[in-house]
Amino acid sequence: MAESGKKVALKGSSAVERSGRIDNPGFEPAHQRVHDVNPDKAASAERGISLLFLLSGLLSVTAFVLYFLFPIVPGDLWTVRISTLLVGVAIAASLLTLGVGVVHWAKTLMHGHELVEERHETRGDEPTRARAVEIFQEANAESGWTRRRLLRNSLITALVAFPVPAIALFRDLAPAADPVEALKHTIWRAGTRLARDPSGTPIKASEITIGSAVHVIPENLDTYEETFLNEKAKAAVLLMRLDPADLNISEERKDWSYDGIVAYSKICTHVGCPVALYEQQTHHLLCPCHQSQFDVSNECAVIFGPAARPLPQLPISVDAEGYLVAQSDFLEPVGPSFWERNQ
Amino acid sequence: MTVATKSKPARQSSGTGMRFVGGVANYLDERTSISTAVKALGRKIFPDHWSFMLGEIALYSFVIILLSGTFLTLFYDPSMTEVHYDGSYVPLKGIHMSAAYSSTLNITFDIRGGLLMRQVHHWAALLFVAAIGLHMLRVFFTGAFRKPREINWVVGFLLFIMAMAEGFTGYSLPDDLLSGNGLRIIDGMIKAVPGAGLWISYLLFGGEFPGDDVIPRLYMLHIMLLPAIVIALIAVHLVLLIVNKHTQFAGPGRTEENVVGSPILAVFAAKAGGFFFLVFGVTMLIASLVTINPIWSYGPYDPSPVSAGTQPDWYIGFADGMLRLIPSGWEFEVLGGTLSLNLIVPIVVLMVFLGLVAFYPFFEAWVTGDKREHHIAERPRNAPTRTAIGAAGVAFYAVLWAAASSDLIATHFRTTIEGVILTLQILLIVGPFIAFWLTKKMALALQRKDREVVLHGYESSRIVRLPGGEYREIHTPLDDFEKWRLVSFDEFEPIVLRPNDRGRITLSARAKASVSKFYFEDRIAPVTKPELESASQH
Repeated sequence: MAESGKKVALKGSSAVERSGRIDNPGFEPAHQRVHDVNPDKAASAERGISLLFLLSGLLSVTAFVLYFLFPIVPGDLWTVRISTLLVGVAIAASLLTLGVGVVHWAKTLMHGHELVEERHETRGDEPTRARAVEIFQEANAESGWTRRRLLRNSLITALVAFPVPAIALFRDLAPAADPVEALKHTIWRAGTRLARDPSGTPIKASEITIGSAVHVIPENLDTYEETFLNEKAKAAVLLMRLDPADLNISEERKDWSYDGIVAYSKICTHVGCPVALYEQQTHHLLCPCHQSQFDVSNECAVIFGPAARPLPQLPISVDAEGYLVAQSDFLEPVGPSFWERNQ
Repeated sequence: MTVATKSKPARQSSGTGMRFVGGVANYLDERTSISTAVKALGRKIFPDHWSFMLGEIALYSFVIILLSGTFLTLFYDPSMTEVHYDGSYVPLKGIHMSAAYSSTLNITFDIRGGLLMRQVHHWAALLFVAAIGLHMLRVFFTGAFRKPREINWVVGFLLFIMAMAEGFTGYSLPDDLLSGNGLRIIDGMIKAVPGAGLWISYLLFGGEFPGDDVIPRLYMLHIMLLPAIVIALIAVHLVLLIVNKHTQFAGPGRTEENVVGSPILAVFAAKAGGFFFLVFGVTMLIASLVTINPIWSYGPYDPSPVSAGTQPDWYIGFADGMLRLIPSGWEFEVLGGTLSLNLIVPIVVLMVFLGLVAFYPFFEAWVTGDKREHHIAERPRNAPTRTAIGAAGVAFYAVLWAAASSDLIATHFRTTIEGVILTLQILLIVGPFIAFWLTKKMALALQRKDREVVLHGYESSRIVRLPGGEYREIHTPLDDFEKWRLVSFDEFEPIVLRPNDRGRITLSARAKASVSKFYFEDRIAPVTKPELESASQH
């Protein structure tokens, strides 16, 4: 390899400047466009572009007319499609012809040579910077900002305290009640009947065949008019019937199910999506949001995915008329975790 | 500001039009001294390159979003009051839903042009975030964030974050099943923040999830607070663009001291104005032909049902993907509280990733110690380590993004979800290293090829037989202009570790020296004159 010139490292930097660098050859000779030299071509380009502009105007008017020619007939979805399609395509065509025309004008007929502008260093020139410093010094001298330290520091104290009331002002974004208590309870009570979601009809144990899964809400959910969705977001349950031999039940949950019928919270313990997909053959529940999987035969233990806790189980039994009822509320908070969960 | 012209444009003859404009201009100038602004900015030069249009696309799609969004506010009702739907979409007739969802259905099915405007708004929003992302990649890979543009990089970064926030708040407004589940996920993530999370969620939703306050609150953010911030940031971004002047790619005659291109009046204004209509036209065409977010088929929000294959809008995908890649069981009881690492880790990883993006310019400035201003955009190959770091970042983001579709990947390719997740978990860690290594190798190889071409010319594919019987391929030499594009790049070397004035080697000096070595150890120097001369001798 040949001698590659002397290298000089810039002070305190890894940038290197090298002597013997190839010189900037300067600007390339300007190249003439066909429209610059041939007046006929330029005239025909001008005609073409003005045609595009006229066409654009015409298309805008067309879109206006199409709006009225193709009204929406209530209930007829086809007319929504036609109106959207025709008006939209006409507007798009008018915009595109306009844009193509202007760009074409700029590229073919407007002055085409590149111009050069000098750059200056971004920092102000020395006199300007000196004057700026001087202004701050004058202001400091006139106000006593650094001299009167008590004044300055007490002012800073006042300014720091100034936003404090705003913190209190935002307290009423939420009701006064304690959120921890609210999240620990649902509307399930001892004796609340399990009902189908969304019809609200109570479910008899005898209606549930082995292998089936039912989306369940508390029978009295309808009575919560104001907070219907809030209650449903905590109380939604998934009911499944398995062959009792397939269920591994721990000692303390022995009485929580009825003849292979088990009820689990439907709200994922990860971030709260409904765990709505049941795979009958494997007894697995799958959350469609982040693919956490729970094993129903093992008390809904997490077998895959980002969830960390099993789905809470709702203890159920059967009332005198044979309807499925809750034995109590859930014994732990349902849904996503929060710091105060176990307090 | 001096404007030197390489050749004088032909003088325009002044007709009636010019006399009228002159009159108006005089009237305005005597009241606003607008001539100062015209003098300062009217002939400002903008360099030309296709990649400079990405930022323009972002700006124009924001204008489209403002126009279509204003139309939508006229018909949209940001209320969670329960209503019975009584519009013309038969499958949902009589169903309980929020006024927000019902009014969105009305915009879709009963307002002429309503569906069109909703789709223009949504497509333009997707384009807005995409264009910002690509614009950031352009700026990153060409080193256009270097001094004096570090601050504008941060402003642009904040715009990227704001665009995602605008997107997410807007996505939630129809209050349909899909967006409600999106909010539910946000709620779950917020609640995981130790100590404060429950309260933040409680205050945001005005009580328990979903409550009936969140839609009007998101609406206020979506149409007032966030757009005001976006507009202010865009203003700062453009003012700094004018102050710093645009970067340009290396080319003959172009230096760090000049800027070569078209003046704002008239060529740049015409190209940019025309391009606005092209962007608008393409968005309008997509919106009239391709359905986006068919909220009517999802139904109103209900905490109980959800469909398989749910996906967030594309730009939220990387965050959703991060949630999916956490292994089971990352939750512990600590100090009497529940610590949900399965959510805290993703939040921290995403924040660190975004933080690295925001602060990269300052890191590179520290590594190089380079205090010079840089106005020539670098070709990515000429900064191999930076380009490789960028590629690693892109790979990391891409794996997260793919993870947001893990279930669809599994069903489409008929494989197991467990297998897809495990593959992506491995790729998330290994992928960036592979991308770094491959990219650096490729950049260095391209630089070597450039050297080869400068020294020996292009291979012409013409083989000649010399009188002595030797066969040789003829190489076509480059002219000086072509050569300049390949040799004009900055050169760096690892700094040498030296004791400071006190004779000590500080820890930070050691760190800087080792990072500098990492950056500049493998490097290809630009061809110099002596090399060129010796190459031409044989």
